[in-house]
Amino acid sequence: MLSYIVQRLVESLLVLVLMSFLIFGLIGLMPGDPIDLMISANPDLTPQDAERLRALHGLDQPIVTRYGNWLGAALQGDFGYSRLFSQPVMEILLPRLGNTVILMGISFVLALAIAIPAGILAALRPRTWLDGTVNMIAFAGISIPPFWLAILLIIAFAVLLGWLPAGGMPPADGGVGAYLLHLALPVATLTLASVGGLIRFMRASMMEALRQDYVRTARAKGLSTRDVVVGHAMRNAMIPVVTILALSFGTLFSGALITETMFGWLGMGKTIYDSIMGNDYNLAMIGLLLATVTTLLANVLADLAYAWLDPRIRYR
Amino acid sequence: MSAETGRPPLEGAALAAESGRAAGPPLTVGAILRRRFLRHYLAVASAVVLIVLALATLAAPLIEAMLGLDAEQVNLLGRFQGPSAAHPLGTDELGRDLLLRLLYGGRVSLLVGLMAALFAAVIGTVVGLIAGYYGGALDAVLMRLTDGVIALPLLPLLIVLAALDLTKLGLPEAFANSESASLYRIVFLIAIVGWTTVARLVRGAALSLKAREFVRAAEALGASGPRIMFVHILPNAVSPIVVATTLSVGGVILFESVLSFLGLGVQPPIPSWGNMLTNAQELIWSAPLLAVYPGLLIFITVIAFNFLGDGLQDALDPRAIQ
Repeated sequence: MLSYIVQRLVESLLVLVLMSFLIFGLIGLMPGDPIDLMISANPDLTPQDAERLRALHGLDQPIVTRYGNWLGAALQGDFGYSRLFSQPVMEILLPRLGNTVILMGISFVLALAIAIPAGILAALRPRTWLDGTVNMIAFAGISIPPFWLAILLIIAFAVLLGWLPAGGMPPADGGVGAYLLHLALPVATLTLASVGGLIRFMRASMMEALRQDYVRTARAKGLSTRDVVVGHAMRNAMIPVVTILALSFGTLFSGALITETMFGWLGMGKTIYDSIMGNDYNLAMIGLLLATVTTLLANVLADLAYAWLDPRIRYR
Repeated sequence: MSAETGRPPLEGAALAAESGRAAGPPLTVGAILRRRFLRHYLAVASAVVLIVLALATLAAPLIEAMLGLDAEQVNLLGRFQGPSAAHPLGTDELGRDLLLRLLYGGRVSLLVGLMAALFAAVIGTVVGLIAGYYGGALDAVLMRLTDGVIALPLLPLLIVLAALDLTKLGLPEAFANSESASLYRIVFLIAIVGWTTVARLVRGAALSLKAREFVRAAEALGASGPRIMFVHILPNAVSPIVVATTLSVGGVILFESVLSFLGLGVQPPIPSWGNMLTNAQELIWSAPLLAVYPGLLIFITVIAFNFLGDGLQDALDPRAIQ
């Protein structure tokens, strides 16, 4: 088991290095470079000055050299300064990572709390009005554009009813109440946008489990429906769902980016979007890498949870 | 749903049993599939909705002529008008007719969605066939790549890709700055991340088909790998490809709308349902309906494609007989 964990972590590290090179290359292909931005800020710079600055900062070097320089600095903890915020990149990203974790965490737990019972109920009563309703909700959840859902919620709860703020971060001295009020609509958006797929997987997986021989055996030996469903079918139905959860982490993050942008929630997703739109190369680079790291770690964790849930799986 | 004539009933005990149960002459495969599909009333309704939408967007110039309007006519004195005989859905923030904007935007959104889904299906089919047929290390590498693409946070990466300077990639400046470049770019971008579902399904089909007698026979006759993949395996894997492609159109249209909404997809003045919502957030206090219509059309289109794919899956999957 331990050697498996180590192997997976080493693999993830390799993927991370590969991704960092890829992202570095892509960011180099974005319009302009830091010197262009200096020129636009200070029209007195002559073309000769620009060339000298490029040479000074190593921007005239081939991409592999530049990546090597960046990696060397990053490994020593120097991630550079943000152009938009004039602060070290990490000082901006870490608090925002916290905001994203809160938004994604609550939405994820809520989505699971809705999807697991809904999927099980639908699977227990296939082709009834209950199954049909759950199915319609799931399809609606998959098909609704998340940014439009956010607009609808703002129109309903902020414009028409006036119950909730239309966006923004809670004031620092507002206490827990204000915090929750500001969090309500973003969490609702992200939960509704991610619950559809989960319901469909849970239902399919539960249907499959209910067809198995051990469920018939459990029924035949006289266990109550509750024991059969919760103790036998559900435990096994959860196994494929856990894999899906890990794979859906990237989708959840994409949803968080839209939600944060719509509501002005200062999280990682909004920061990545703003940094790319504002040509803030250092911030975009580290933001994208942090998103990749969290995704990779979520995948490793899901693999371990998979082994823990299903004792038949043995890792070499 | 292809030609139902001329083909004898074949392929599996399930279909045979189903045709045997019916009174009268045995049904062809196509007739059985059609009957199964028609039972799925949501899928049938979705097909009708999609056809109506497509025809309406195709008829946009006719409707434009009928109303005697110009879709791009800006009228700053007639902004935010309510519905009237002249403007059935009213006007937008620049005084343009909303109905016509929606129809022309629908052309772009539907076309981009279908093109990207087809392009993605081609990539997915090739990857799936190679992985499934050759197996071994090649299969392992391709499937790890597929899992990796599925697991990545795609939207941030797409935003980077959409922000790239095309001239730095060596593309001619005239093309990079042209109006239609944003259309080609978004089709390409969505295709390179949208191929994974098709790849997995085709790989599964190829794995089971390559052990069948007709493939073994072709191998014994000395057919090359590509010939076996594309001539012998591919035609028998059409139904999973059709289902996966249909199901992916919805997701593709959503991606297009998100990127266009964020200002990175289809660029104005070309309208798309996504970029029509770009300014919607500022308008929700003054003209909330402007923020509702384009999103509603995206929602209806995407859910219709998803129901359609679901219905096709039930009709084409031999295991799904009730």
